[in-house]
Amino acid sequence: MDHAKARERESQCIQEQPPACTSACPVHVNARGLIECIRKGDFCAGLAVLNRTLPFPGIIGRICDHPCQTVCKRIEAGAAIRINSLERACVEYGRGTQKKPLHVAKKDKKAAIVGGGLSGLTAAFDLASKGYGVEIFEASHLPGGRIREFNAQQLPQLIIDSDLAALDELEVVIHLNVPVTNGSGGGASFDEIVAGFDAVYIGPGPHAVDHLNLELAVTPSGRIKIAPVSYGTSNPKVFAGGGHRYHPGDYSPITSLLDGRLSAASIDRFFQGASLTAQREQDGPFVTTLYTNTQGIEPLQAVPMSIKAQGYSREEAENEARRCLDCQCLECVKVCEYLAHYGSYPKRYVREIYNNDTIIMGAHLANRMVNSCALCGLCKEVCPADLNMADICLDARQSMVKKGKMPPSTHDFALRDMQFSLSNAFYLARHEPGFSASSAMFYPGCQLSASSPHHVASIYAYLRDSIKGGVGLLLGCCGAPAAWAGQEELFHSTIQTMAGDWQRMGRPRIITACSSCYRIFRDNLPDLPVESLWTVLDNAELPRVRPVLKPQTMVIHDPCATRRDKDIQQSIRRIVAKLGVPFNELDHNSGLTTCCGYGGLMSFANHEVADKVVKRRIRESEADYLAYCAMCRDNFAARGKRVLHVLDLIFGTGSEDPAGRKGPGYSRRHENRAKLKTELLRDLWGEQTAEKGPGMKLIISREVSELLESRMILEEDLQQVLHRAEMTGEKISDPKTGHFIAWRRPVNVTYWVEYSCGDTGLIIHNAYSHRMEVVGDGP
Amino acid sequence: MSEEKNAAPEQVLICAKCNVAMKPGQVRASYLGSEFPIELIKCPVCGMVYVPESLAIGKMLKVEQALEDK
Repeated sequence: MDHAKARERESQCIQEQPPACTSACPVHVNARGLIECIRKGDFCAGLAVLNRTLPFPGIIGRICDHPCQTVCKRIEAGAAIRINSLERACVEYGRGTQKKPLHVAKKDKKAAIVGGGLSGLTAAFDLASKGYGVEIFEASHLPGGRIREFNAQQLPQLIIDSDLAALDELEVVIHLNVPVTNGSGGGASFDEIVAGFDAVYIGPGPHAVDHLNLELAVTPSGRIKIAPVSYGTSNPKVFAGGGHRYHPGDYSPITSLLDGRLSAASIDRFFQGASLTAQREQDGPFVTTLYTNTQGIEPLQAVPMSIKAQGYSREEAENEARRCLDCQCLECVKVCEYLAHYGSYPKRYVREIYNNDTIIMGAHLANRMVNSCALCGLCKEVCPADLNMADICLDARQSMVKKGKMPPSTHDFALRDMQFSLSNAFYLARHEPGFSASSAMFYPGCQLSASSPHHVASIYAYLRDSIKGGVGLLLGCCGAPAAWAGQEELFHSTIQTMAGDWQRMGRPRIITACSSCYRIFRDNLPDLPVESLWTVLDNAELPRVRPVLKPQTMVIHDPCATRRDKDIQQSIRRIVAKLGVPFNELDHNSGLTTCCGYGGLMSFANHEVADKVVKRRIRESEADYLAYCAMCRDNFAARGKRVLHVLDLIFGTGSEDPAGRKGPGYSRRHENRAKLKTELLRDLWGEQTAEKGPGMKLIISREVSELLESRMILEEDLQQVLHRAEMTGEKISDPKTGHFIAWRRPVNVTYWVEYSCGDTGLIIHNAYSHRMEVVGDGP
Repeated sequence: MSEEKNAAPEQVLICAKCNVAMKPGQVRASYLGSEFPIELIKCPVCGMVYVPESLAIGKMLKVEQALEDK
C-alpha cells in the first residue's frame, strides 16, 4: 500500500466526517461536542466549545437562525435537538468561565473594517486574534448593526456589551459616528482608508452603495460585486460581505458572521501572499458524508421549556442533550468483533497498517491486527462508502511476506496443514473406477474430508450414481490458507498444480462441497467450470437412503465464503425445505453473514478475537444451527453450540445426537484425511496402500489432549519426538516423577514431550514447543 | 532472558543416555538472526540441553514474539 493508496483508503472511511449539525452550521460549531458537555452537566465546558468557534457566543447563542436543526438526524426519530437553545443554556449557565487570554504576536499589517455590523465585528475579531492591527469605522453611535434590532428580552444590551468587550481586549480601535464615503457629507474618506491600511473589509449592510462613490465595481442594483469564495472586490485590497450580499428580508446572523470570518481568512491569505481560493471547499455549510443509522432508535420529542422566555433550565437542557444521537457511522465496527476489538475504526486502522508496513526501525505494532482479520468482507457490505478492510489487511499481509516481515509463527501451523493435504498422504486425482475419462470431478475440499470423511464417501457414491460419464475424484487443498496468509507464490503454485490436474483429467466440471474452494476457483481459475455441490443437489433428486433426522426448527448459518453466492444460499434453503426440516433465518445472514472464526486464518493469528467472533455468532439464536461448511460447523460445536451440517440431514450420521458432536481435533483431522484416501483407494479402486505404521501406542488423557490442541501440537509430532528418543536414547529422566522428557526439532519448532512407560503404551503427561533454537555448544 | 534461573535448584534431572546429573551451564538461544546467552541445565557429558516448559511458554515465547515483530 503506497502513501497515495493509504490516503485514498483513509479518506474512504467517513467516521471522522462532521455530523450533519456541524456541517450545516456556516461556521461549523461543534454542536455534538457541546451537547456531550451538557449531557455531563458541564455547561462551562460547553461554553468553551462555543468559544472555540464563535467570536460572540452570548450574542449568537440567542439570535442564531440555527440551520443545524433542520438537518439534525434526530428528526428521523422524533424531533430535531434544540441545538440553539442548548447553546443559549451554555452561555447562561457557563457564564463566569474565564476565557483564556489571547497572547498573539503582533504583526505589522493592519486592516480597516468599514461597517460595525456582525460581519465586520467578526472580521475584526478574527484578524485581531491573528495579531493584525484592526480599526473599525462605524457610522452610527454603537457597533452591532442589525443585532441591535432584536428585542431586549431575546438579546439584552448587557450581553451585547459584554461580548463586544472582547474586541477591547484584542485592542481593536472602534471609531463611532464615522460614516465612510468618497462623496460629500463628512465622515472618513474611503480612498484614504484604502490608502492608509494594508487591507479593508467593508460590510455596508443590505443597501445599495453606488451613491458612495467607492470606486468598486458594482452590480446593476448598485451593490458591490463580491467574488464568491474569496469575498474579494474589484480592488485587490478590498473585501466585502455581510448583509450586503443578501436581500434585506433574508437576514441570517450566522451567515453574516460567516462572511466576516471568511473575509478575514481571505485578508490573512492576502497578507501572506497565499492563494485566496485554494482548499476552501469546506468553507461555509456543506453536506456531510457521515452516515448515521437511525433504524431502531426510539422516537423522542423535544424536551419542553417550562419558562419559554428564559430558555432551558439546567435540568431541561441536560435532558434535551440526552436525546442527541451523538452521530457516528461505525456501521462496520458494530457488526465486526475484530474491528471492535482494536477500539477504533477503519480510518485509524488504515493509518496504523500503513505505518506498520512502511516502518523501518522499531516494532511492527500492527502485525497482529493485520493478521487477525477474517477477510470476510462484511465491513464492505455495511459500509456506506464500500471500504473493505479485507483488501487492506490482505495487501498488508502480502507485503509483509514479500519483505520477509511476516511473523513466522502466525500461519506456520495452517500452512503445514495445507501442505499435509497436498502431500501424498491425502492428495489424489482419479477417474471413476472403470472409466478412463470424467464428465465431472468431485472436489470435497480438505476440511470436510477432515471433519466428516464418511460424508465425502457418501457424496461421492451419490454423484457416481446420478451423473453419467464418470465422476472423478480430486482430493487436495485449494490453497485458501496460502492466499489468506498473503503467501502469493505458494498460493499460485498450489492453484496451478490444481489447474494442471484438471487439464490432465480432461477438463471436467468440478463439483465442490466447500464454499471457500468454490470461491477460490471462481476467482482464480476462470476457465475451470466449477459448481457447488449444493446447486447440484438442488437440481437433482436427493438420495433416499438417508436415515431421517427430524430436528426441531433450525436456523441456517451461511458461510462467509458464500457472501456473493446467492444461488448457493438459495439452493441450501430449497434442499432443507425438501428435506422437510423447518428453519428460520438469522438477522445477519446471506450477504451480511458473519465469519465462524476460521476465515482469513483469524483463529491462528488471534485466538481471542476468533473466540469473540464465534461466540457472538452462536448467541444470535437459541435454536440449533444448520451449517453447510465443515469449519463453521466444527467451530460452533467447539464452543458448545448445537449444530448440524446439511449433509447430516441428507446422508445421516449414525450418531444419536449429531448436533452435539464436537469436531475432531487437529491430529484427528490429519488422520481422517489420510484414512479417507486409503479407504477410498481400497474400496473403490481395489488398491492397498502401504499404510504408515501406527507408530507407538500413545495414551493421552482428555486434559492432555485439550492441551495439545490449544498448543497446536499433533500426535504426529509426539510420535516423531518419541521415536527419536527411543532410537537414540537421547532423553532426560526425572527421578522425582519417573517421567522421561524428550525433544525433537523437525524444522522450525522444537517439540518437548514428557512421558512415561505404561503397560499398554507410552503415557503422555505434557508437551510444549518453542521456535527459538537452543544450542548447548557441547558439554 | 540470560539472567533467569531456568531450572529449580532442587530439580535434579538425569541425562538418560549418559546417566549423569544435568547441571546448569551456558547455552545460546537464537531466533531470526538474534542470539542470546542463557543459563540452562545441560548434560556435562554430551551437552544435551533441557528447556523447561515455564521458559518455553513464558519468557521465551515473549522474546520470540518481540523478535517476530521487529
